[in-house]
Amino acid sequence: MAASSSFLSTASLSNPKSTISFASSVSPAPIPSLRRVVFRSPSSHRRVMTVRSKIREIFMPALSSTMTEGKIVSWIKTEGEKLAKGESVVVVESDKADMDVETFYDGYLAAIVVGEGETAPVGAAIGLLAETEAEIEEAKNKAASKPSSSAVVPSPPPATSSPAPAIAQPSPAAAASDGPRKTVATPHAKKLAKQHKVDIGSVAGTGPFGRITASDVEAAAGIAPTVTPPPPPPPPAAAPTPTAKATTTSSPPLLPDASIVPFTAMQSAVSKNMIESLSVPTFRVGYPVNTDALDALYEKVKPKGVTMTALLAKAAGMALAQHPVVNASCKDGKSFSYNSNINVAVAVAINGGLITPVLQDADKLDLYLLSQKWKELVGKARNKQLQPHEYNSGTFTLSNLGMFGVDRFDAILPPGQGAIMAVGASKPTVVADKDGFFSVKNKMLVNVTADHRIVYGADLAAFLQTFAKIVENPDSLTL
Amino acid sequence: MQSAFSLSFSQSSLTLPNRPLCSPNAAPRNLRFCGLRREAFGFSPPKQLNSCRFQVKNRRIEVSAAAGGNGAPSNKSFDYDLVIIGAGVGGHGAALHAVEKGLKTAIIEGDVVGGTCVNRGCVPSKALLAVSGRMRELQNEHHMKSFGLQVSAAGYDRQGVADHASNLATKIRNNLTNSMKALGVDILTGFGSVLGPQKVKYGKDNVITAKDIIIATGSVPFVPKGIEVDGKTVITSDHALKLESVPDWIAIVGSGYIGLEFSDVYTALGSEVTFIEALDQLMPGFDPEISKLAQRVLINPRKIDYHTGVFASKITPAKDGRPVMIELIDAKTKEHKDTLEVDAALIATGRAPFTNGLGLENINVATQRGFIPVDERMRVIDGNGKLVPNLYCIGDANGKLMLAHAASAQGISVVEQVTGRDHVLNHLSIPAACFTHPEISMVGLTEPQAREKAEKEGFKVSIAKTSFKANTKALAENEGEGLAKMIYRPDNGEILGVHIFGLHAADLIHEASNAIALGTRIQDIKLAVHAHPTLSEVVDELFKAAKVESPASTTPQSVKAAV
Repeated sequence: MAASSSFLSTASLSNPKSTISFASSVSPAPIPSLRRVVFRSPSSHRRVMTVRSKIREIFMPALSSTMTEGKIVSWIKTEGEKLAKGESVVVVESDKADMDVETFYDGYLAAIVVGEGETAPVGAAIGLLAETEAEIEEAKNKAASKPSSSAVVPSPPPATSSPAPAIAQPSPAAAASDGPRKTVATPHAKKLAKQHKVDIGSVAGTGPFGRITASDVEAAAGIAPTVTPPPPPPPPAAAPTPTAKATTTSSPPLLPDASIVPFTAMQSAVSKNMIESLSVPTFRVGYPVNTDALDALYEKVKPKGVTMTALLAKAAGMALAQHPVVNASCKDGKSFSYNSNINVAVAVAINGGLITPVLQDADKLDLYLLSQKWKELVGKARNKQLQPHEYNSGTFTLSNLGMFGVDRFDAILPPGQGAIMAVGASKPTVVADKDGFFSVKNKMLVNVTADHRIVYGADLAAFLQTFAKIVENPDSLTL
Repeated sequence: MQSAFSLSFSQSSLTLPNRPLCSPNAAPRNLRFCGLRREAFGFSPPKQLNSCRFQVKNRRIEVSAAAGGNGAPSNKSFDYDLVIIGAGVGGHGAALHAVEKGLKTAIIEGDVVGGTCVNRGCVPSKALLAVSGRMRELQNEHHMKSFGLQVSAAGYDRQGVADHASNLATKIRNNLTNSMKALGVDILTGFGSVLGPQKVKYGKDNVITAKDIIIATGSVPFVPKGIEVDGKTVITSDHALKLESVPDWIAIVGSGYIGLEFSDVYTALGSEVTFIEALDQLMPGFDPEISKLAQRVLINPRKIDYHTGVFASKITPAKDGRPVMIELIDAKTKEHKDTLEVDAALIATGRAPFTNGLGLENINVATQRGFIPVDERMRVIDGNGKLVPNLYCIGDANGKLMLAHAASAQGISVVEQVTGRDHVLNHLSIPAACFTHPEISMVGLTEPQAREKAEKEGFKVSIAKTSFKANTKALAENEGEGLAKMIYRPDNGEILGVHIFGLHAADLIHEASNAIALGTRIQDIKLAVHAHPTLSEVVDELFKAAKVESPASTTPQSVKAAV
């Protein structure tokens, strides 16, 4: 506490205005002086640029004599926003306090190099300031090339994946919703749109009076709607912002030639779901299933358009009907949520993404309808036409990597479900029966991951036993 | 019970000099402190309603011992020594102090005892804010996790929340009424008006005379023209406190104390909020640095957006299947800027004095924008700029400082004057607080005000700041977000203003406001000891961080007072 008071008192004495100002680039000191953010114009920078324009770098200031690195609490200005001399641009956290850092120059905040919640060493560039609007683009390009020059700050500059910015970047005017446009968006929707770089003008509103709500924006950004409101982030670093940049907070430095490709919306959603899945206590049970009978059946029904996926989904659906707890989920950590329908989601890889179209009522629909439905879903998934209920209504997930020759694997339980089944390839296996006779049978290893808060080992084993029986005597599948 | 209390009170006062400074026994220490305060201040304004009952008990004993009580006026030619029009917190404070001073006192109330603060203001809003604070905490999974706590999804029952607010108001209203009855203050029911000098009418045709009259009629929510209040979708704080609905999206017109507190309540209960502020930035009136930080914590991370520099020129309630429509015009050019469609609008553009029908024309007093003009002693000034004898106006009706505790302090100041002790209230020592999460509090000047004054009067100004991040207790609570700031004169150590944003800021400000009221200098108060670890160390750090040129007094005030 003594340290803090002495620090604060010096701050108050020497700089009663309390905010920090950028010093000019005149200062030749390699380390910026106390509590000053230093601009260096490109000419003095070691990476000499051929441009004559005034693009200044905003550096991490030293807020105290002992500070070696600082965390960006928040950027007060967004990229492209106009700055007036003396305005606060960014809030930097030191070990003791948050300080507003203000600009010494008029201009535009062209690029944010170090995002909110990230840390940069004192003296590292955290953003770029362009003198004119015309230079913003140029500064952005410069920011994009940044990681190669300063390997210390592993932060992908947002919105710089080369052709994207022009489209992805929301125009500040649109976000502020000034002007006579007839787009009505709620405050939270606007904030989310800005956060996820969604053009609010392109979002269709489904709220009351056709207004755009937070869930509309989330749907447009490809994010599963949040059930609980996100925590207000006084410590913004820890709030799980599902943006591309947040995930690199504490990763090791990049190798010099690494290229950074920001997540697409779908990839962000996957990332978010995967992180969320870590909060569920899961366990796994494997089971070998004899598929000779299933393979025979498959050969028979294949000409009628039945796929292996439909067969497995149907088998899983029928087994789930007998073991409702495996089809249940744990929503609040205190209760079982038994689902009235058995909706089997099936994981599908589509160019660079992963989606889980849902076969609804897999236990009730017959094999042929199920196969038909599946084809339709896969087609829609490829064309990105799946409706939300067609990919988020699953109560159980099936993931099959058998076609790649994978013999066994382990799936991650998606949030909101009780169990997921990982199916490996069916392979001829030598088996010995109880009389000691050897034979070769097709065996497939099935591995189920389940939420142990609701599904216990015996439940899962019993479910797998039922599943194996159905697969080994598959006639019931065609009924 | 009460006499026993009184006994131990006087005993502990008597034995005081022999008691070691650091008494291990907490109970008598409290009493001693209480006794000291009474001696030192001469009076103790009931700033906090909760403490009213406690103080009343003490007073009753004193009064009954002094005899006379509220029995007869000291001057036989009047019905009363003092008549107060309006039984809000201002009138109540004045009445209690008047009885203590031996005045025969009556209070006239045309509505309900307690006035705005108790029934439609500070009190019920604190109940709603208590709920919103808890909701906010329970919803903040990250915050809970950092404590190692697991809480399942928090929910609320709107009617239950609304009942908490109305129950609290009822309770405090009864406390207020009982405290006055117990002291023998005559509570007269009906609208009061001034008939002439020293003559008051109340109800239909009851006329009473009094040596002195205090007008304490308070204020009502101010609704700018063009805004149609229907009490359902376009509402004022009067309606909002009943919490009859929690709209999905509510626009709040005005981002002062009232608007800010309601934004805290509504967002915690799940609403989204749009602020409409006529000035160029949100939270005008707060110290700029504090409002900047407050915006970062209270506005930006929440589901709130805002339009600044605009007037809501026209607001129509929701009807015929259409939402609430708000026309925004530029505050300077008056040009149309935008039309908002929201589910509800709360008008929090300030409060207007409630002074109609007071009979002011009978004594030639002209109101200014509804406010009754007064001098620094709360004496009413008439149309010719002359003082009206024996007539005072306190609280929101005079518009000096529209805060409940300011009204009460003004009332006490008036009673001091009419009982023969000249008294001028130092308004710069009156603290103010905004009960958001975290809270904002302030006393004295803001930094720009202080710098302006310094330039005019030719002295230097310094700033000391401390962060809640450096406070152990705040960190233990996981509430390190916050700032305390003191503006002072480095030459003589005078405190010009203190502004706090952070956990329990409203409770922390009193050390500074008391220091300003008593003229305590930083070099003296910085030697006072604060318990560790407490939030009050934030203020302690502030004093210690200040660099004052003049040395501490030879016997610091704190030591003098204790001996």
